[in-house]
Amino acid sequence: MVIRPLVWQRIVWFALAAMTLFTLVVLFFIIGFITSKGARVITPEFLFGLPERMGKEGGILPTIVATIYISLLAIAIATPIGVGSAVYLCEYTRESAITKVIRFGADALAGVPSIIFGLFGFIFFVIRLRMGWSLAAGGLTLAFMILPTIIRTSEEAIRAVPYNLREVSYSLGGAKSQTIMRVVLPNALPGILTGVILGMGRSVAETAVVIFTAGSSLLVPKSLFDPARTMAVHFYILAREGLSMERAYGTALLLIAAILFINAVAYLLMFRLTRKMR
Amino acid sequence: MATKIAANNLAVAVGERLILRGVDLKIEANTIVSVIGPAHSGKTTLLRVINRLIETQHEFLRSGDVLLDGGEVRRLDIDVLRRRVGLIFATPIPLPGTIFDNIAYGPRLKARLNKSRLADVVEESLRAAALWDEVKDRLQTSALRLSGGQQQRLCIARTIAVDPEVIMMDEPTSGLDPISTAQIENAMRELKSRFTWVLVTNNVKQAARVSDRVAFFLSGELVEEGEAAQIFTKPKDKRTDDYVSGRIG
Repeated sequence: MVIRPLVWQRIVWFALAAMTLFTLVVLFFIIGFITSKGARVITPEFLFGLPERMGKEGGILPTIVATIYISLLAIAIATPIGVGSAVYLCEYTRESAITKVIRFGADALAGVPSIIFGLFGFIFFVIRLRMGWSLAAGGLTLAFMILPTIIRTSEEAIRAVPYNLREVSYSLGGAKSQTIMRVVLPNALPGILTGVILGMGRSVAETAVVIFTAGSSLLVPKSLFDPARTMAVHFYILAREGLSMERAYGTALLLIAAILFINAVAYLLMFRLTRKMR
Repeated sequence: MATKIAANNLAVAVGERLILRGVDLKIEANTIVSVIGPAHSGKTTLLRVINRLIETQHEFLRSGDVLLDGGEVRRLDIDVLRRRVGLIFATPIPLPGTIFDNIAYGPRLKARLNKSRLADVVEESLRAAALWDEVKDRLQTSALRLSGGQQQRLCIARTIAVDPEVIMMDEPTSGLDPISTAQIENAMRELKSRFTWVLVTNNVKQAARVSDRVAFFLSGELVEEGEAAQIFTKPKDKRTDDYVSGRIG
Protein backbone atom coordinates (compact mmCIF):
# COMPACT_ATOMS: atom_id res chain seq x y z
CA MET A 1 0.00 0.00 0.00
CA VAL A 2 1.31 3.43 -0.88
CA ILE A 3 0.71 6.24 1.57
CA ARG A 4 -0.30 9.43 -0.16
CA PRO A 5 2.33 12.19 0.18
CA LEU A 6 -0.05 14.56 1.90
CA VAL A 7 -1.04 11.94 4.45
CA TRP A 8 2.58 11.01 4.97
CA GLN A 9 3.40 14.69 5.45
CA ARG A 10 0.82 14.92 8.23
CA ILE A 11 2.10 11.78 9.92
CA VAL A 12 5.67 13.09 9.92
CA TRP A 13 4.55 16.50 11.19
CA PHE A 14 2.60 14.86 13.97
CA ALA A 15 5.45 12.57 14.98
CA LEU A 16 7.99 15.41 15.09
CA ALA A 17 5.64 17.71 16.98
CA ALA A 18 4.95 14.93 19.48
CA MET A 19 8.67 14.45 20.12
CA THR A 20 9.18 18.16 20.72
CA LEU A 21 6.16 18.26 22.98
CA PHE A 22 7.46 15.27 24.95
CA THR A 23 10.77 17.04 25.61
CA LEU A 24 9.01 20.17 26.78
CA VAL A 25 6.63 18.21 29.00
CA VAL A 26 9.50 16.38 30.70
CA LEU A 27 11.38 19.63 31.20
CA PHE A 28 8.40 21.44 32.68
CA PHE A 29 7.51 18.42 34.79
CA ILE A 30 10.97 18.42 36.38
CA ILE A 31 10.97 22.16 36.96
CA GLY A 32 7.39 22.06 38.22
CA PHE A 33 8.11 19.15 40.54
CA ILE A 34 11.14 20.81 42.08
CA THR A 35 9.35 24.15 42.35
CA SER A 36 6.37 22.59 44.11
CA LYS A 37 8.63 20.81 46.58
CA GLY A 38 11.20 23.51 47.12
CA ALA A 39 9.58 26.90 46.66
CA ARG A 40 8.27 26.98 50.22
CA VAL A 41 11.70 27.04 51.86
CA ILE A 42 13.03 29.89 49.75
CA THR A 43 13.02 32.88 52.06
CA PRO A 44 15.57 35.65 52.65
CA GLU A 45 16.90 33.67 55.63
CA PHE A 46 17.40 30.62 53.42
CA LEU A 47 19.24 32.65 50.79
CA PHE A 48 21.37 34.79 53.06
CA GLY A 49 21.61 32.77 56.27
CA LEU A 50 24.23 30.36 57.50
CA PRO A 51 23.36 26.67 57.73
CA GLU A 52 22.56 25.22 61.12
CA ARG A 53 22.56 21.60 62.22
CA MET A 54 24.39 20.45 59.05
CA GLY A 55 21.88 22.19 56.80
CA LYS A 56 18.78 20.79 58.44
CA GLU A 57 17.97 24.35 59.38
CA GLY A 58 19.24 27.80 58.51
CA GLY A 59 20.33 29.03 55.09
CA ILE A 60 22.64 28.11 52.27
CA LEU A 61 24.67 31.29 51.79
CA PRO A 62 28.09 29.56 51.95
CA THR A 63 27.12 27.12 49.19
CA ILE A 64 25.93 29.94 46.92
CA VAL A 65 29.18 31.81 47.47
CA ALA A 66 31.22 28.66 46.89
CA THR A 67 29.34 27.83 43.68
CA ILE A 68 29.99 31.28 42.26
CA TYR A 69 33.66 31.26 43.22
CA ILE A 70 34.45 27.79 42.02
CA SER A 71 32.71 28.03 38.63
CA LEU A 72 34.15 31.47 37.90
CA LEU A 73 37.57 30.12 38.80
CA ALA A 74 37.12 27.12 36.50
CA ILE A 75 35.90 29.32 33.63
CA ALA A 76 38.65 31.88 34.18
CA ILE A 77 41.28 29.15 33.91
CA ALA A 78 39.72 27.05 31.15
CA THR A 79 38.58 29.79 28.74
CA PRO A 80 41.96 31.33 27.86
CA ILE A 81 43.67 27.94 27.66
CA GLY A 82 40.84 26.40 25.67
CA VAL A 83 40.44 29.27 23.21
CA GLY A 84 44.22 29.52 22.84
CA SER A 85 44.48 25.82 22.04
CA ALA A 86 41.66 26.09 19.53
CA VAL A 87 43.31 29.06 17.81
CA TYR A 88 46.56 27.13 17.65
CA LEU A 89 44.89 24.04 16.20
CA CYS A 90 42.91 25.99 13.61
CA GLU A 91 45.25 28.77 12.59
CA TYR A 92 48.80 27.71 13.29
CA THR A 93 48.95 24.06 12.31
CA ARG A 94 48.27 22.27 9.11
CA GLU A 95 45.97 19.27 9.33
CA SER A 96 48.25 16.35 10.18
CA ALA A 97 48.50 13.19 12.24
CA ILE A 98 49.45 15.28 15.26
CA THR A 99 46.40 17.56 15.09
CA LYS A 100 44.21 14.48 14.66
CA VAL A 101 45.73 12.93 17.78
CA ILE A 102 45.20 16.17 19.72
CA ARG A 103 41.60 16.38 18.56
CA PHE A 104 40.97 12.73 19.35
CA GLY A 105 42.51 13.29 22.78
CA ALA A 106 40.25 16.27 23.44
CA ASP A 107 37.19 14.27 22.39
CA ALA A 108 38.20 11.33 24.54
CA LEU A 109 38.83 13.63 27.48
CA ALA A 110 35.39 15.20 27.05
CA GLY A 111 33.86 11.75 27.49
CA VAL A 112 35.78 10.79 30.63
CA PRO A 113 33.42 10.43 33.63
CA SER A 114 33.75 13.36 35.96
CA ILE A 115 34.56 11.12 38.91
CA ILE A 116 37.84 10.24 37.19
CA PHE A 117 38.69 13.93 36.99
CA GLY A 118 37.71 14.17 40.64
CA LEU A 119 40.06 11.37 41.59
CA PHE A 120 42.85 12.91 39.54
CA GLY A 121 42.28 16.30 41.15
CA PHE A 122 42.27 14.72 44.59
CA ILE A 123 45.56 12.88 44.04
CA PHE A 124 47.32 15.65 42.13
CA PHE A 125 46.12 18.97 43.51
CA VAL A 126 44.82 18.05 46.96
CA ILE A 127 47.51 15.54 48.01
CA ARG A 128 50.54 15.97 45.75
CA LEU A 129 50.51 19.77 45.46
CA ARG A 130 49.27 19.99 49.07
CA MET A 131 46.43 22.32 48.24
CA GLY A 132 44.12 20.41 50.52
CA TRP A 133 40.39 20.42 49.91
CA SER A 134 40.05 23.92 48.55
CA LEU A 135 38.42 26.24 46.05
CA ALA A 136 41.73 26.30 44.18
CA ALA A 137 41.93 22.52 43.80
CA GLY A 138 38.25 22.35 42.87
CA GLY A 139 38.44 25.19 40.35
CA LEU A 140 41.55 23.74 38.70
CA THR A 141 40.04 20.26 38.42
CA LEU A 142 36.76 21.61 37.04
CA ALA A 143 38.79 23.64 34.56
CA PHE A 144 40.44 20.44 33.34
CA MET A 145 37.06 18.79 33.11
CA ILE A 146 35.49 21.49 30.91
CA LEU A 147 38.63 22.26 28.90
CA PRO A 148 37.95 19.69 26.14
CA THR A 149 34.43 21.05 25.63
CA ILE A 150 35.70 24.60 25.34
CA ILE A 151 38.48 23.58 22.95
CA ARG A 152 36.16 21.66 20.66
CA THR A 153 33.34 24.23 20.56
CA SER A 154 35.84 27.06 20.04
CA GLU A 155 37.51 25.09 17.29
CA GLU A 156 34.20 24.57 15.50
CA ALA A 157 33.37 28.25 15.90
CA ILE A 158 36.74 29.39 14.57
CA ARG A 159 36.53 27.03 11.62
CA ALA A 160 33.07 28.35 10.81
CA VAL A 161 34.48 31.86 10.22
CA PRO A 162 34.67 32.10 6.42
CA TYR A 163 38.21 31.90 5.10
CA ASN A 164 37.69 34.89 2.82
CA LEU A 165 37.30 37.22 5.83
CA ARG A 166 40.87 36.32 6.76
CA GLU A 167 41.96 37.02 3.20
CA VAL A 168 40.37 40.47 3.36
CA SER A 169 42.37 41.23 6.48
CA TYR A 170 45.61 39.90 4.98
CA SER A 171 45.07 41.83 1.77
CA LEU A 172 44.74 45.06 3.79
CA GLY A 173 48.12 44.41 5.36
CA GLY A 174 46.90 42.61 8.48
CA ALA A 175 49.35 40.30 10.23
CA LYS A 176 48.16 36.87 11.21
CA SER A 177 47.84 37.80 14.88
CA GLN A 178 45.91 40.98 14.00
CA THR A 179 43.64 38.97 11.74
CA ILE A 180 42.92 36.49 14.52
CA MET A 181 42.28 39.17 17.14
CA ARG A 182 40.21 41.51 14.98
CA VAL A 183 38.41 39.24 12.55
CA VAL A 184 38.48 35.58 13.54
CA LEU A 185 37.79 35.75 17.27
CA PRO A 186 35.07 38.44 17.16
CA ASN A 187 33.22 36.43 14.53
CA ALA A 188 33.71 33.17 16.41
CA LEU A 189 32.62 34.74 19.70
CA PRO A 190 29.03 33.48 19.78
CA GLY A 191 30.22 29.90 19.24
CA ILE A 192 33.02 30.25 21.77
CA LEU A 193 30.58 31.68 24.29
CA THR A 194 28.30 28.68 23.79
CA GLY A 195 31.15 26.41 24.85
CA VAL A 196 31.92 28.60 27.83
CA ILE A 197 28.27 28.54 28.91
CA LEU A 198 28.18 24.76 28.59
CA GLY A 199 31.31 24.57 30.70
CA MET A 200 29.90 26.95 33.28
CA GLY A 201 26.74 24.89 33.51
CA ARG A 202 28.71 21.70 34.00
CA SER A 203 30.84 23.31 36.72
CA VAL A 204 27.81 24.62 38.57
CA ALA A 205 26.10 21.23 38.41
CA GLU A 206 29.12 19.07 39.19
CA THR A 207 29.18 17.06 42.45
CA ALA A 208 31.73 14.24 42.24
CA VAL A 209 34.66 16.45 41.30
CA VAL A 210 33.82 19.02 43.94
CA ILE A 211 33.44 16.53 46.77
CA PHE A 212 36.85 15.05 45.95
CA THR A 213 38.69 18.32 45.50
CA ALA A 214 36.93 21.11 47.40
CA GLY A 215 35.44 19.05 50.20
CA SER A 216 32.11 19.76 51.80
CA SER A 217 32.79 22.39 54.44
CA LEU A 218 29.78 24.49 55.34
CA LEU A 219 31.79 27.60 56.18
CA VAL A 220 31.95 30.58 53.86
CA PRO A 221 35.30 30.22 52.03
CA LYS A 222 37.54 33.19 52.76
CA SER A 223 40.47 32.35 50.52
CA LEU A 224 41.29 30.21 47.51
CA PHE A 225 42.72 27.60 49.84
CA ASP A 226 39.64 27.19 52.01
CA PRO A 227 37.45 24.14 51.53
CA ALA A 228 33.92 24.77 50.33
CA ARG A 229 30.62 23.11 49.52
CA THR A 230 28.78 24.05 46.34
CA MET A 231 25.00 24.06 45.95
CA ALA A 232 25.06 20.85 43.94
CA VAL A 233 27.08 19.08 46.63
CA HIS A 234 24.85 20.52 49.34
CA PHE A 235 21.80 19.18 47.55
CA TYR A 236 23.44 15.78 47.21
CA ILE A 237 24.39 15.58 50.87
CA LEU A 238 21.03 16.86 52.15
CA ALA A 239 19.18 14.28 50.08
CA ARG A 240 21.62 11.45 50.56
CA GLU A 241 21.90 11.80 54.33
CA GLY A 242 18.20 12.43 54.65
CA LEU A 243 18.82 15.70 56.47
CA SER A 244 16.02 17.69 54.88
CA MET A 245 14.37 16.83 51.58
CA GLU A 246 12.55 20.13 51.61
CA ARG A 247 15.79 22.10 51.83
CA ALA A 248 17.38 19.84 49.25
CA TYR A 249 14.62 20.78 46.79
CA GLY A 250 14.97 24.43 47.71
CA THR A 251 18.66 24.23 46.86
CA ALA A 252 17.88 22.40 43.62
CA LEU A 253 15.40 25.10 42.63
CA LEU A 254 18.04 27.78 43.17
CA LEU A 255 20.51 25.71 41.18
CA ILE A 256 18.14 25.56 38.21
CA ALA A 257 17.42 29.26 38.55
CA ALA A 258 21.17 29.96 38.60
CA ILE A 259 21.74 28.00 35.40
CA LEU A 260 18.84 29.73 33.66
CA PHE A 261 20.23 33.04 34.86
CA ILE A 262 23.72 32.30 33.53
CA ASN A 263 22.25 31.33 30.16
CA ALA A 264 20.10 34.43 29.99
CA VAL A 265 22.99 36.73 30.86
CA ALA A 266 25.27 35.00 28.37
CA TYR A 267 22.77 35.30 25.54
CA LEU A 268 22.13 38.92 26.36
CA LEU A 269 25.87 39.54 26.30
CA MET A 270 26.18 37.71 23.00
CA PHE A 271 23.34 39.74 21.54
CA ARG A 272 24.97 43.02 22.55
CA LEU A 273 28.39 41.97 21.30
CA THR A 274 27.15 40.87 17.90
CA ARG A 275 24.61 43.64 17.38
CA LYS A 276 26.97 45.70 15.28
CA MET A 277 27.81 42.74 13.11
CA ARG A 278 24.33 42.13 11.80
CA MET B 1 56.11 55.97 -18.10
CA ALA B 2 57.51 54.01 -15.20
CA THR B 3 56.95 50.29 -14.90
CA LYS B 4 54.96 49.62 -11.74
CA ILE B 5 54.78 45.84 -11.78
CA ALA B 6 56.86 43.47 -13.83
CA ALA B 7 56.85 39.69 -14.10
CA ASN B 8 59.94 38.17 -15.66
CA ASN B 9 59.72 34.58 -16.82
CA LEU B 10 57.29 33.88 -13.99
CA ALA B 11 56.22 30.28 -13.49
CA VAL B 12 54.03 29.00 -10.66
CA ALA B 13 53.07 25.45 -9.77
CA VAL B 14 50.58 24.45 -7.10
CA GLY B 15 50.82 20.77 -6.26
CA GLU B 16 51.33 18.91 -9.51
CA ARG B 17 49.77 21.58 -11.68
CA LEU B 18 51.65 24.25 -13.54
CA ILE B 19 49.40 27.30 -13.25
CA LEU B 20 51.55 30.00 -14.82
CA ARG B 21 54.26 29.26 -17.35
CA GLY B 22 56.94 31.72 -18.38
CA VAL B 23 54.96 34.93 -18.02
CA ASP B 24 56.64 38.20 -19.02
CA LEU B 25 54.45 41.17 -18.29
CA LYS B 26 55.02 44.84 -17.64
CA ILE B 27 52.37 47.05 -16.10
CA GLU B 28 52.89 50.78 -16.39
CA ALA B 29 52.05 53.10 -13.53
CA ASN B 30 48.67 54.90 -13.66
CA THR B 31 47.14 52.74 -16.32
CA ILE B 32 44.26 50.31 -16.32
CA VAL B 33 45.41 46.90 -17.44
CA SER B 34 42.89 44.14 -18.01
CA VAL B 35 43.87 40.53 -17.68
CA ILE B 36 41.46 38.44 -19.73
CA GLY B 37 41.17 34.77 -20.55
CA PRO B 38 38.95 31.76 -19.96
CA ALA B 39 38.63 29.99 -16.61
CA HIS B 40 41.76 28.24 -15.34
CA SER B 41 44.11 30.35 -17.35
CA GLY B 42 46.00 31.53 -14.27
CA LYS B 43 44.61 35.06 -13.98
CA THR B 44 43.67 34.86 -10.30
CA THR B 45 46.92 33.10 -9.45
CA LEU B 46 48.82 35.96 -11.08
CA LEU B 47 47.15 38.46 -8.73
CA ARG B 48 47.72 36.27 -5.69
CA VAL B 49 51.39 35.83 -6.55
CA ILE B 50 51.85 39.56 -6.92
CA ASN B 51 50.54 40.39 -3.43
CA ARG B 52 51.73 37.03 -2.07
CA LEU B 53 48.30 36.05 -0.79
CA ILE B 54 49.01 32.65 -2.33
CA GLU B 55 51.42 32.04 0.54
CA THR B 56 48.62 31.91 3.09
CA GLN B 57 46.89 28.94 1.57
CA HIS B 58 48.93 26.79 -0.74
CA GLU B 59 52.18 24.95 -0.93
CA PHE B 60 53.51 26.25 -4.20
CA LEU B 61 56.62 26.67 -6.27
CA ARG B 62 57.56 29.90 -7.99
CA SER B 63 60.37 30.72 -10.38
CA GLY B 64 61.20 33.97 -12.13
CA ASP B 65 60.74 37.45 -10.72
CA VAL B 66 57.82 39.58 -9.66
CA LEU B 67 58.93 43.16 -9.28
CA LEU B 68 57.18 46.13 -7.72
CA ASP B 69 58.94 49.35 -8.70
CA GLY B 70 61.89 47.20 -9.66
CA GLY B 71 62.12 45.40 -6.29
CA GLU B 72 61.34 41.73 -5.83
CA VAL B 73 58.07 41.39 -3.91
CA ARG B 74 59.48 38.55 -1.83
CA ARG B 75 62.01 40.93 -0.31
CA LEU B 76 59.34 43.35 0.88
CA ASP B 77 57.72 43.03 4.28
CA ILE B 78 54.47 41.28 3.57
CA ASP B 79 52.30 43.89 5.28
CA VAL B 80 54.03 46.70 3.38
CA LEU B 81 53.58 44.85 0.09
CA ARG B 82 49.88 44.27 0.71
CA ARG B 83 49.33 47.90 1.64
CA ARG B 84 51.00 48.99 -1.56
CA VAL B 85 49.12 46.47 -3.71
CA GLY B 86 45.45 46.13 -2.77
CA LEU B 87 43.16 43.31 -3.89
CA ILE B 88 39.41 43.33 -4.47
CA PHE B 89 37.74 39.92 -4.60
CA ALA B 90 35.13 38.60 -7.00
CA THR B 91 32.34 38.56 -4.45
CA PRO B 92 32.11 41.60 -2.20
CA ILE B 93 33.26 40.57 1.25
CA PRO B 94 32.29 43.14 3.88
CA LEU B 95 33.69 42.36 7.30
CA PRO B 96 30.83 41.81 9.74
CA GLY B 97 30.53 45.20 11.38
CA THR B 98 29.61 48.75 10.55
CA ILE B 99 30.38 50.59 7.33
CA PHE B 100 32.73 52.84 9.27
CA ASP B 101 34.60 49.93 10.85
CA ASN B 102 35.04 48.30 7.47
CA ILE B 103 36.75 51.32 5.97
CA ALA B 104 38.73 51.99 9.13
CA TYR B 105 39.96 48.40 9.37
CA GLY B 106 43.12 48.89 7.31
CA PRO B 107 44.21 52.24 8.79
CA ARG B 108 43.63 50.90 12.31
CA LEU B 109 45.92 47.93 11.66
CA LYS B 110 48.83 50.25 11.13
CA ALA B 111 48.40 53.00 13.63
CA ARG B 112 46.21 54.39 16.34
CA LEU B 113 44.57 57.34 14.64
CA ASN B 114 42.52 59.91 16.46
CA LYS B 115 38.81 60.03 15.77
CA SER B 116 38.68 63.01 13.45
CA ARG B 117 41.66 61.85 11.41
CA LEU B 118 40.02 58.43 11.02
CA ALA B 119 36.71 60.01 10.07
CA ASP B 120 38.50 62.03 7.38
CA VAL B 121 40.10 58.92 5.93
CA VAL B 122 36.74 57.12 5.90
CA GLU B 123 34.97 60.00 4.20
CA GLU B 124 37.70 60.53 1.65
CA SER B 125 37.81 56.81 0.78
CA LEU B 126 34.05 56.51 0.46
CA ARG B 127 33.96 59.61 -1.77
CA ALA B 128 36.69 58.15 -3.98
CA ALA B 129 34.67 54.95 -4.40
CA ALA B 130 31.52 56.99 -5.18
CA LEU B 131 29.66 55.59 -2.18
CA TRP B 132 29.73 58.52 0.25
CA ASP B 133 26.42 60.10 -0.74
CA GLU B 134 24.58 56.82 -0.35
CA VAL B 135 25.93 55.91 3.09
CA LYS B 136 26.99 59.13 4.82
CA ASP B 137 23.95 59.06 7.11
CA ARG B 138 24.37 55.46 8.16
CA LEU B 139 28.05 54.88 8.71
CA GLN B 140 27.28 53.14 11.99
CA THR B 141 24.96 50.55 10.47
CA SER B 142 26.02 47.10 9.38
CA ALA B 143 27.88 46.84 6.09
CA LEU B 144 26.04 43.59 5.45
CA ARG B 145 22.82 45.53 4.86
CA LEU B 146 24.19 47.26 1.78
CA SER B 147 23.27 46.00 -1.68
CA GLY B 148 25.76 43.92 -3.67
CA GLY B 149 26.95 46.85 -5.76
CA GLN B 150 27.31 49.06 -2.69
CA GLN B 151 29.21 46.31 -0.90
CA GLN B 152 31.71 46.04 -3.74
CA ARG B 153 32.24 49.81 -3.74
CA LEU B 154 32.66 49.54 0.03
CA CYS B 155 35.42 46.99 -0.57
CA ILE B 156 37.07 49.36 -3.02
CA ALA B 157 36.82 52.21 -0.51
CA ARG B 158 38.28 49.92 2.16
CA THR B 159 41.26 49.24 -0.07
CA ILE B 160 41.65 52.93 -0.94
CA ALA B 161 41.72 53.72 2.79
CA VAL B 162 45.14 52.10 3.17
CA ASP B 163 46.37 54.33 0.34
CA PRO B 164 47.77 51.70 -2.03
CA GLU B 165 49.72 52.31 -5.22
CA VAL B 166 48.15 49.45 -7.14
CA ILE B 167 44.62 48.10 -6.90
CA MET B 168 44.06 44.65 -8.32
CA MET B 169 40.53 43.45 -8.90
CA ASP B 170 39.54 39.86 -9.49
CA GLU B 171 36.37 39.89 -11.58
CA PRO B 172 34.92 42.57 -9.30
CA THR B 173 31.66 43.01 -11.18
CA SER B 174 30.88 39.39 -12.02
CA GLY B 175 27.90 39.31 -9.68
CA LEU B 176 26.71 42.88 -10.18
CA ASP B 177 24.03 44.59 -12.24
CA PRO B 178 24.96 46.90 -15.16
CA ILE B 179 24.46 50.11 -13.18
CA SER B 180 26.70 49.00 -10.33
CA THR B 181 29.22 47.79 -12.86
CA ALA B 182 29.24 51.19 -14.58
CA GLN B 183 29.74 52.93 -11.23
CA ILE B 184 32.79 50.82 -10.52
CA GLU B 185 34.20 51.32 -14.00
CA ASN B 186 33.75 55.09 -13.66
CA ALA B 187 35.55 55.05 -10.33
CA MET B 188 38.46 53.24 -11.95
CA ARG B 189 38.75 55.82 -14.72
CA GLU B 190 38.50 58.72 -12.31
CA LEU B 191 41.16 57.34 -9.99
CA LYS B 192 43.63 56.41 -12.70
CA SER B 193 45.87 59.32 -11.88
CA ARG B 194 46.15 58.04 -8.35
CA PHE B 195 46.39 54.26 -8.71
CA THR B 196 47.53 51.63 -11.14
CA TRP B 197 44.66 49.24 -11.84
CA VAL B 198 44.94 45.58 -12.68
CA LEU B 199 41.55 44.18 -13.64
CA VAL B 200 40.99 40.48 -14.05
CA THR B 201 37.80 40.01 -15.97
CA ASN B 202 35.86 37.36 -17.83
CA ASN B 203 33.99 40.07 -19.60
CA VAL B 204 35.66 41.03 -22.85
CA LYS B 205 33.38 44.00 -23.32
CA GLN B 206 34.31 45.35 -19.93
CA ALA B 207 37.99 45.03 -20.80
CA ALA B 208 37.30 46.96 -23.99
CA ARG B 209 35.44 49.68 -22.09
CA VAL B 210 37.95 50.49 -19.40
CA SER B 211 41.44 49.28 -20.29
CA ASP B 212 44.47 51.05 -21.61
CA ARG B 213 46.20 47.77 -22.18
CA VAL B 214 45.03 44.16 -22.22
CA ALA B 215 46.83 40.90 -21.48
CA PHE B 216 45.32 37.68 -22.76
CA PHE B 217 46.07 34.50 -20.84
CA LEU B 218 45.37 30.94 -21.91
CA SER B 219 46.29 27.83 -19.91
CA GLY B 220 48.78 29.72 -17.80
CA GLU B 221 50.50 31.32 -20.74
CA LEU B 222 50.52 35.01 -21.61
CA VAL B 223 49.47 34.77 -25.24
CA GLU B 224 49.47 38.42 -26.12
CA GLU B 225 49.71 41.81 -24.47
CA GLY B 226 49.16 45.19 -26.05
CA GLU B 227 47.13 48.37 -26.42
CA ALA B 228 43.45 47.65 -25.84
CA ALA B 229 42.49 48.91 -29.30
CA GLN B 230 45.05 46.70 -30.94
CA ILE B 231 44.06 43.57 -28.98
CA PHE B 232 40.41 43.99 -29.86
CA THR B 233 40.77 45.05 -33.47
CA LYS B 234 44.04 43.63 -34.78
CA PRO B 235 45.21 40.82 -32.47
CA LYS B 236 48.47 39.29 -33.59
CA ASP B 237 47.76 35.82 -32.30
CA LYS B 238 44.98 33.66 -33.70
CA ARG B 239 44.03 32.44 -30.22
CA THR B 240 43.51 36.02 -29.03
CA ASP B 241 41.35 36.69 -32.05
CA ASP B 242 39.27 33.57 -31.33
CA TYR B 243 38.77 34.60 -27.72
CA VAL B 244 37.95 38.29 -28.12
CA SER B 245 35.60 37.56 -31.00
CA GLY B 246 33.83 34.94 -28.93
CA ARG B 247 34.75 31.87 -30.98
CA ILE B 248 36.28 30.20 -27.93
CA GLY B 249 35.31 30.84 -24.34
